[in-house]
Amino acid sequence: MRRLRIFSFMFGAVIGALTGKGRRKRIVEEGSESPGAELALVGLLLLSAIFAIGFVVVLATGSWPNRTQYEGIALGGSLLLMGFALVLVSKRLIVTEELEEDYPEPEHPEEQNEVTQIVRESGSRFTRKRLVQGAFGAAAGALGVAAIAPAISFGPALDPFELNWTPWRRGKRLVTEDGAPVKASDIEMETFYTAYPEHSARDNIAAPVVIVRLRPSDLRLPRGRRNWAPQGILAYSKICTHAGCAIALYRKPTFPPVQPDPALVCPCHYSTFDPAAGGKVLFGPAGRNLPQLPLLIDSAGHLRAAGNFSGPVGPSWWGVRMKGPITQDR
Amino acid sequence: MIRRTVRFLDERSGAAPFIKSTLRYLFPDHWSFLLGEVALYAFIVLVATGTYLTFFFHPSLADTVYHGTYAPLRGQKMSEAYKSVVDISFKVKAGLLIRQTHHWAANIFVAAIVLHLLRIFFTGAFRKPRELTYIIGILMLFATLLEGYAGYSMVDDLLSGMGLAIGYGVALSLPFIGGNLALLIWGAPYPGDPSFESRLFIAHVFILPVLIGTMIAVHLTLVASRHHTQFRKEKRATNRRLIGVPTFPGQAPRSLGLMLGVAGILLLLGGLVQINPIWLWGPYHLAEGTNGAQPDWYLGWLIGALRLVPHFDVVIGNYTLVPNPFWGGALFPLIVMGVLLAWPWLEARFSRDRGFHNVLDRPRDAPGRTAFGVAFLLWVFLIFFAGAADRIYLFLGWSYQEQIWIYRGLVWLLPLIAFFVTRSVCRELQAIERVEEVREAAEAEAQAASA
Repeated sequence: MRRLRIFSFMFGAVIGALTGKGRRKRIVEEGSESPGAELALVGLLLLSAIFAIGFVVVLATGSWPNRTQYEGIALGGSLLLMGFALVLVSKRLIVTEELEEDYPEPEHPEEQNEVTQIVRESGSRFTRKRLVQGAFGAAAGALGVAAIAPAISFGPALDPFELNWTPWRRGKRLVTEDGAPVKASDIEMETFYTAYPEHSARDNIAAPVVIVRLRPSDLRLPRGRRNWAPQGILAYSKICTHAGCAIALYRKPTFPPVQPDPALVCPCHYSTFDPAAGGKVLFGPAGRNLPQLPLLIDSAGHLRAAGNFSGPVGPSWWGVRMKGPITQDR
Repeated sequence: MIRRTVRFLDERSGAAPFIKSTLRYLFPDHWSFLLGEVALYAFIVLVATGTYLTFFFHPSLADTVYHGTYAPLRGQKMSEAYKSVVDISFKVKAGLLIRQTHHWAANIFVAAIVLHLLRIFFTGAFRKPRELTYIIGILMLFATLLEGYAGYSMVDDLLSGMGLAIGYGVALSLPFIGGNLALLIWGAPYPGDPSFESRLFIAHVFILPVLIGTMIAVHLTLVASRHHTQFRKEKRATNRRLIGVPTFPGQAPRSLGLMLGVAGILLLLGGLVQINPIWLWGPYHLAEGTNGAQPDWYLGWLIGALRLVPHFDVVIGNYTLVPNPFWGGALFPLIVMGVLLAWPWLEARFSRDRGFHNVLDRPRDAPGRTAFGVAFLLWVFLIFFAGAADRIYLFLGWSYQEQIWIYRGLVWLLPLIAFFVTRSVCRELQAIERVEEVREAAEAEAQAASA
């Protein structure tokens, strides 16, 4: 059987060779040979291999200076060379022919009709389609709500006034980054200091405050805040009321070009607040004044909070103006 | 050998006809068609380098103290996440190379998507029957922005912390739901619950990449099932007849070469050009900020928009209806996305053209679209540029506040002017072509008559 098949194959081949029939027509066009390009291709590929090996060598041999640079050149170079090799293949070694064909049919009206028909006819036994659809909708909707309900454990979304919480209260001492109490006599003009509430978590948006000292005669604090700045020392939340960045710039009068007055500035979007006027917004996008922390100086000369902020700390949200800062422990 | 492989596969899958039609799928030839491919290949590089990085990254905000090889940070308190990235940069073999390549690839990925989008927009490639392909593309662009943001935010260096604070401010600013939503996402008032880091991580390495990967698959399937659009380089190229180079042997080596080239260039950039040196920024602490903080380029337009809005919250009684960051941080990108998504239908309505289009326009062929596109692009670009006003102030000394006031006007004025100028330029170019055609026809006629 097997022999027979081999025989018939050979017979066919002989007949084909004699008559010229049976040779399949070429699909891909014939092109002329290009030994030069082939040589260049082999060169590129070998070079690529050398670079790849180079990468392994750089990795294996411990401490080179500028290791990252060599690694990048070796691995990137190897890939790039191989890329060049392939482009060479496509440009010089492979027959690139432009072909034509029809675009696919824009639409299939017959099938469209059939699909519509199948779906329509499949529902012929239903008499109250609206009702059934409504019931399915209700079930699917309820199931959808049930499926996303566990997400509530992600955070206290039902109690948004948590956002107004602050660790500050009357009598709380202000401490520096190192935990040392801040002395009023250490606060100088024309610079600013960062302080935190003593014995409280600092990793909270309402914790950090900036302290500045201005001439008492320059202050234009709102009514009711007359005693909030003993000796002209003022404290404000360090968190911008626009988008929550730390207010890290202090433009003092020695910095004339743009603004003549001292100002607290957020580097993210340049909201600018006036420390002399109770944190009023001077420029930039912030929609609320900077919350001020009332201060007092205790008998040891240390700064203490004389109460809570003048308003909630941090960026605005829908309820930010509904309640003041909330102090109770959590 | 080739025959045996093909037969083996065909006998087991029946795929020979499919393989043949894939090999003979036609790609019309134009350089701008490669932009989408560059994006695809950058994505592949991102997945490859990103996978490597996950082996060494610890998504944890637990406090730790650095005792590693980089002297300036020794003894500093930082999070596990930040420390692991410093270690990737200084300790892990090829770690810095792969991390920098990853970051470069992200920047170039978004850039390629945007350029690809411009090509699609200005040639009218989004028209029927390709609206779905286009919409998936737009959604991919925005998913990519989120993916990039999550990526550089989870490092927990000083810059990423500032970026997250802004994201928190924008989330809070959403009317009616902002306060609740931000608490849901962050788990607690900023900087949030420690578990927030693992949320960012899973979003960055799983949810968003899978989403983007799936969209890429659907995008390409739709492209292939409707075939590519083509420019009308020859008279034979029509809405019914496609002229192009077959996948194999023509397009495949070229495209593979491009892939290797993209990967090679990204690795060279990663090895030679420093990007996001997080060890210089230092670990993030809530109360710290730095001047001159700029995000990756593809979020620059949002910074600009946030900075341009004048200072007001919309308040009714004591209810804050619209907190300020909403305008620049949420509404602005939503408008851009909305306009882009709706554009195929908007244009069909204005032009009353609901036909099938396989042949591309040149920008001048559709003056209205081109003018709108230029104006819209200029609008976004000016807002982007306004985000760099602080740099201009530093380098050129122009007052920051004056610049912002000027931008607040220019942002609306210049696009309006650009619209009318572009439209008349397009019409002018068309008119020139018509005159040209008439003259050629007349000359041909004259020649025929004299002969």
